[in-house]
Amino acid sequence: MGELKVHRVRFFDYMPTAIRAMAFNAHTERLALARMDGSVEIFNFTDHYFQEKVIPGKDSRSIESLCWVGGRLFSAGLNGEIAEYDLENLRPKYSLEAYGGPIWTVISNTQGTQLAIGCEDGTVKLFEVLEEHIQFERNLDRQKGKRNSPSDCSLTYRLLVDRGIGGSKSRETVVWSVAFLSDHTVVSGDSAGKVQVWDGHTGTLVKTHLVTKWDVFLPDLAFQFIAPTLHQQDKEWVRTRTFKNHTHDVRALAEIETAIVSGGMDTHLVVRPLLEKFDEKSHASGLRKIHFPHRNLVSCAKKAGLLLFQFPGQLELWRLGDSDGHGKPGDRLPLKWKPEKLLLLKRKGEDHICCSALSSCGGWLAYSTVSSVRIYRLQTDNNISITKVSKLPKVLRSAHQLCFSSDSSKMFAASSQSSVLVIALTQSESWSHSVTFPSPGSRQPIHLMTTSVDGKWLAAANSDCEIHVYNLQKLKLHCIVPVYGSCPSAMGIHPTTNNLTMVHADQQLFEYSIVEKQYTDWSRKLQKQGLHNVWLDRDTPVTHVTFNPKNPNQVVLHDMHMFCIIDQSLPLPDQKTQFYNQMTLRSLSEQERPSHLHAFKICKTFQDLLCVSLLDDQSLVVVERPLLAITSQLPAPVRQKKFAT
Amino acid sequence: MAALYEGFTLCGLVPTQNASDSAIQGIELDGDSDHALVTDSTRSVTLYKVSDQKPLGSWTVKQGQLLTCPAVCNFQTKEYVVVSDNKVIRVWKDEDFNLDRAFKATVSADVWRVHSAPGGEPVVLFQRGAVRLLDSLLSAPQQPIEDVLSEEEVIRWSTNIVAEKQHFVLFTTEQKGEHFLYVQRLNPNTLQKYRLEREDSRSAPLSFSASLRDKHINLLYLYPNGCVYQSVVAARGYVGPEGVQALPRSLRLRLPVGEGELGAASAVALDEAHVAVVGMPHPSARTGKDFLCIWNTNFQTLQAGKEMAGRIHGQVGIRIWSYIFFASNFNQMTLYLYLALKIHFTPIYINDHSFISPQVWCYLGKLFVPHGKALSVIPYECQKSSLASALGKLRHAGIAVSKSSVAVPSWNTLLHGNQPQGPAKIVATRKSKLSRKSQSVQALTVDQVLKLIKTGPVDEVQREVEALVSRGDAQDLQLSVGQLACHLVARSQAETTFYTPGALAQLVRTQCLCHSVCPDLLLLALEHKDYFLCQLCLQLFPDIPEVVTCACLKTFISVPDGDVEMVSLEPDSVSFMEGLVVAGARGGQQNGFSPPLFEEDSCDAHHQPKPTQHQDKKNPTLQLEACPVGLHKAVLLNEVLQTPYSDNLLLPHLKDLNTQQVILFLQYLQFVYLKYSQDVYTQTPGLRSPTVTQVIDWVCLLLDAHFTVLVMAPDAKGLLSNLNSFVKSQVKLFSELGKIEGSLQGLHKMKLSKDISQYSIEVIELF
Repeated sequence: MGELKVHRVRFFDYMPTAIRAMAFNAHTERLALARMDGSVEIFNFTDHYFQEKVIPGKDSRSIESLCWVGGRLFSAGLNGEIAEYDLENLRPKYSLEAYGGPIWTVISNTQGTQLAIGCEDGTVKLFEVLEEHIQFERNLDRQKGKRNSPSDCSLTYRLLVDRGIGGSKSRETVVWSVAFLSDHTVVSGDSAGKVQVWDGHTGTLVKTHLVTKWDVFLPDLAFQFIAPTLHQQDKEWVRTRTFKNHTHDVRALAEIETAIVSGGMDTHLVVRPLLEKFDEKSHASGLRKIHFPHRNLVSCAKKAGLLLFQFPGQLELWRLGDSDGHGKPGDRLPLKWKPEKLLLLKRKGEDHICCSALSSCGGWLAYSTVSSVRIYRLQTDNNISITKVSKLPKVLRSAHQLCFSSDSSKMFAASSQSSVLVIALTQSESWSHSVTFPSPGSRQPIHLMTTSVDGKWLAAANSDCEIHVYNLQKLKLHCIVPVYGSCPSAMGIHPTTNNLTMVHADQQLFEYSIVEKQYTDWSRKLQKQGLHNVWLDRDTPVTHVTFNPKNPNQVVLHDMHMFCIIDQSLPLPDQKTQFYNQMTLRSLSEQERPSHLHAFKICKTFQDLLCVSLLDDQSLVVVERPLLAITSQLPAPVRQKKFAT
Repeated sequence: MAALYEGFTLCGLVPTQNASDSAIQGIELDGDSDHALVTDSTRSVTLYKVSDQKPLGSWTVKQGQLLTCPAVCNFQTKEYVVVSDNKVIRVWKDEDFNLDRAFKATVSADVWRVHSAPGGEPVVLFQRGAVRLLDSLLSAPQQPIEDVLSEEEVIRWSTNIVAEKQHFVLFTTEQKGEHFLYVQRLNPNTLQKYRLEREDSRSAPLSFSASLRDKHINLLYLYPNGCVYQSVVAARGYVGPEGVQALPRSLRLRLPVGEGELGAASAVALDEAHVAVVGMPHPSARTGKDFLCIWNTNFQTLQAGKEMAGRIHGQVGIRIWSYIFFASNFNQMTLYLYLALKIHFTPIYINDHSFISPQVWCYLGKLFVPHGKALSVIPYECQKSSLASALGKLRHAGIAVSKSSVAVPSWNTLLHGNQPQGPAKIVATRKSKLSRKSQSVQALTVDQVLKLIKTGPVDEVQREVEALVSRGDAQDLQLSVGQLACHLVARSQAETTFYTPGALAQLVRTQCLCHSVCPDLLLLALEHKDYFLCQLCLQLFPDIPEVVTCACLKTFISVPDGDVEMVSLEPDSVSFMEGLVVAGARGGQQNGFSPPLFEEDSCDAHHQPKPTQHQDKKNPTLQLEACPVGLHKAVLLNEVLQTPYSDNLLLPHLKDLNTQQVILFLQYLQFVYLKYSQDVYTQTPGLRSPTVTQVIDWVCLLLDAHFTVLVMAPDAKGLLSNLNSFVKSQVKLFSELGKIEGSLQGLHKMKLSKDISQYSIEVIELF
């Protein structure tokens, strides 16, 4: 394969925000997760914890609690509003003022007919869930010396009461959290670090767990303590175990059937399987941490050597440095010029940026929020200038994904109801709407789009796992790639063969010939032989697919921990082959090497990858964001635990 | 260890025409210890105040005249003496401004040097070897001077030494490649001639230095091959037979010369173990630089080095004059060792000697080195080296801090209590008050108990003290426990029949007591053979003086085993010792593994493992023996081992032990060390036990204190050779650790180099 020049980029200061709330929908097995910046993410737990959807945040929105009612997602927050989300268009559907001050919690009954919210003023308000709306039903007043009983409001599972309400005993410590169970068992957690179990009928203390001596303790929030036992067969509550997966405060916990899911100030989501629920060690029984979003935040202009970094509030455009030196493998080359930050573009309005795109020539830049799409003309040659395209077609209101054609003459926007808008550049440097491809089936949002280099094909994938291929010359749907059970996490169209390479959340890899409307022979061979177990056991999805224009056999793809160059001319590895074989190959002589080669050339030199792309000059761009750098920017935890519990 | 400190420049030097010549002919001490009399190579003498680097006076002879000998100070008359043009002796005082007007006398023969030392008259040494006291010479300057030396024999170096009113002039001569030492005693005059052993290379000594030590004159001389020899001449009494005797010598130090020979170097003895060397390259620096180094002759180690900028000046031909005088109290041997080493110019011998030796003088903890364009004064310090400090570990590591640290009361807690525990404490005192009320009416106050102690019967005192201690709370105790203990001890000392072991033990157990509060307690316990109390004190007192520790050690080690075995001791320490003893009894070796200690030398490691029997024969004493002392005795010794101490203070007291005690104790230490070095025995973490380091430290201390005795004692021979092997194994361990450290640092550097910046362009290779 040979030597590669790698631009190792570490100046993308991507900073995820802290996780604030979580709700798990056991029916659809989707986890909704709210972050401090008001964004909501939906993870599909049946599909390898794939991050299916992201609803961008908004400055004024603050979410304290999330709640599923059937397939509908509600949130409530410190702005005092309840909101329902449109999961097809990835935006809030409506919001409603609750008139009770900041809302600390929202919960529904099991029938899904009522929502209860706990407000700052100490009241619990009930809302009726209607088909398209919710409606205020009644107020539950505080009862003196006794907490709100769940039987009063026919909540059968549990009711979280806000922290303003004191315990049944007067205590100097602050009760942070109280859980009320159906058998009148009350569980409280307080600032003295105790979790106490009370009998609700008699008001007696059943059991006290001293969890930690010094920490302000939030039993359903902090430090992964949970008695994962909302079962009451044995009448006693037993502290089962303590997890310590987070370096910072845990702010949200969810219990799913087989695992504890937690997230907090250290911004990553941890899925901790409960090992007693698994009979043997398997892929699902491993601890899983999700650090990075499963989509691209980096756009790369391959011709111009530019990088566009997407932050929620701004875009950064960088020009890569260069070096004319040559070196041995492992060398660091002297820089001819340093990378240069060309542009910092701040978004307008309250809504956060949800997607962005940079044309490969580097002349156009576009981004979208839920409320608007903006396109800019860029001059980056000598004098950097940026001009906003003032007139955009009205139909272009917002986009889930943006993408330029390779000749920069067209822009594609994934719009509502899974449709794709094609916007064409007219002579006067203005953009006009040329055609809309409506979705033939699903109405789920499109999360991936790619075009062919020859400008003929456009492929779009949506959260229903459908991939549609449109013919841009005939301006019609060309075909639908056979639906595979796992969501595609990355795809790309080969520049010469126009084969569509797709990688799915379950790590399966397919190659589909667009022209022939069938899987390629290589893909069939791969599926027949099966992917190597080591490949399948990786726990982060592939998020980017590119091709080597000089060598049509090579496909470049990457996940968080590695990048891989697949050489389709080489034999596929079977299960007995050593999969990560680069070290072995290095130690072999020139003559022995060919017999040990296989198609997957994996490089793990670079870690915590956000983007790997191949520039037109054959050099590789690797954008790293070391987790340590993220951790070091986090605020200090309230009190760090130094010793074992 | 020795150290060279930051030096300073006393004066600048004017380079002479001949670059190899020094601008300085000699440096002598004035009567004042801070004054230095510097004679330059031609015409002038300058008196400096060393600490201020300030000239106090300067005297010059007329042009055309030449000073041929460094000026000296006549300590008795406070006059200065110098010789010009070989024959003219000049004497002047501080007040004299002009040297030409000063007293002068022309003698009939060429003078080599005038020597002077405090406590003795100046002595004149003539070039032909005759010696005269200055006074008698000046009274008749033209008296005939006899020739002592034969033809072709020339003086190379001379010095004088005053010891116990005996005045010596030493000088060395060379004749046809042979070197001789003359020792001239004055009053009565005797002359002794010694022949120096020939060095193989037939080369001449580069420098001499003489010092007086233990009533013997030690002569130290350096050869170009880097060997420093020492010869000893008796300073008094015995006058050997007439004629030339051979002078026995011993090699003190072999300097790493590298290839070739030293061209020019000087060595001067600083004390019995340290030698300062100039003109020799630093072993680890590149050649071509001149260094001033201090070497330890006992350990053959370089202890300090300092690069001297510019050339170190030397002179053609060498004359090293050295003298020593002692402070008034000679018997104490207090260590005012003033050495002078001088090398100076003798025009006659230019052709004889082509080498150039650098100059160094040493006075009062300061080395004077002319180099470059300056005369530098470099203070130095030589500390006594001991095996203990050479091994690098002096104090016991911070073990067992938990117990003893509590014992020293903190004023903060005493006065204000612990803030966070405030409420709890109040509750506690209230409780204790309640309990006090509920107790019997007989409960006595501290004052009452103190009164009772003075007169009451043993039983009652014992009972009341225990009652008082058991009900009191910590704050009250802190103040009263000391009083109680002192009173109890005072009474016991007064009345031999009065002794309350239980009460004292309880007082010690409160941990409110320390040795300085009640210094007699531990000694009292020793006196009454109350070993349990001794153990408690050793465990709980943080401040036992070394003399008391030693007394305990002495008592413990000489007590018969039978006496101690009946005493009940602290169970934890006993069980530790039982475990230690049993570990060996079980057979010692696991899976046939023999600890590396048994290997005689590291080279054995390459061999196949030897059969055990062979080893047994070879080194029978190293086999695990039974514990040389009884169980309880061992427990008590362990307590001594764990007592904090400072080795400098402990060493003199250790010398009180007699040989048998030392050997027994060493045997015990060896036993413990062997147990520890076996893998079989794993230390229980909770138990209070001496660490390996403590054991080693004590071994070193004992060896330092009794080394000469042990070397002589036949029954200690095996022990010593075993200990030698311990040291070897320790040295080996540390050298291995050093290697590991090196490679770890290498790893560290590798990591550092991988520090990745924000952006880089790298080349990778995929296959």
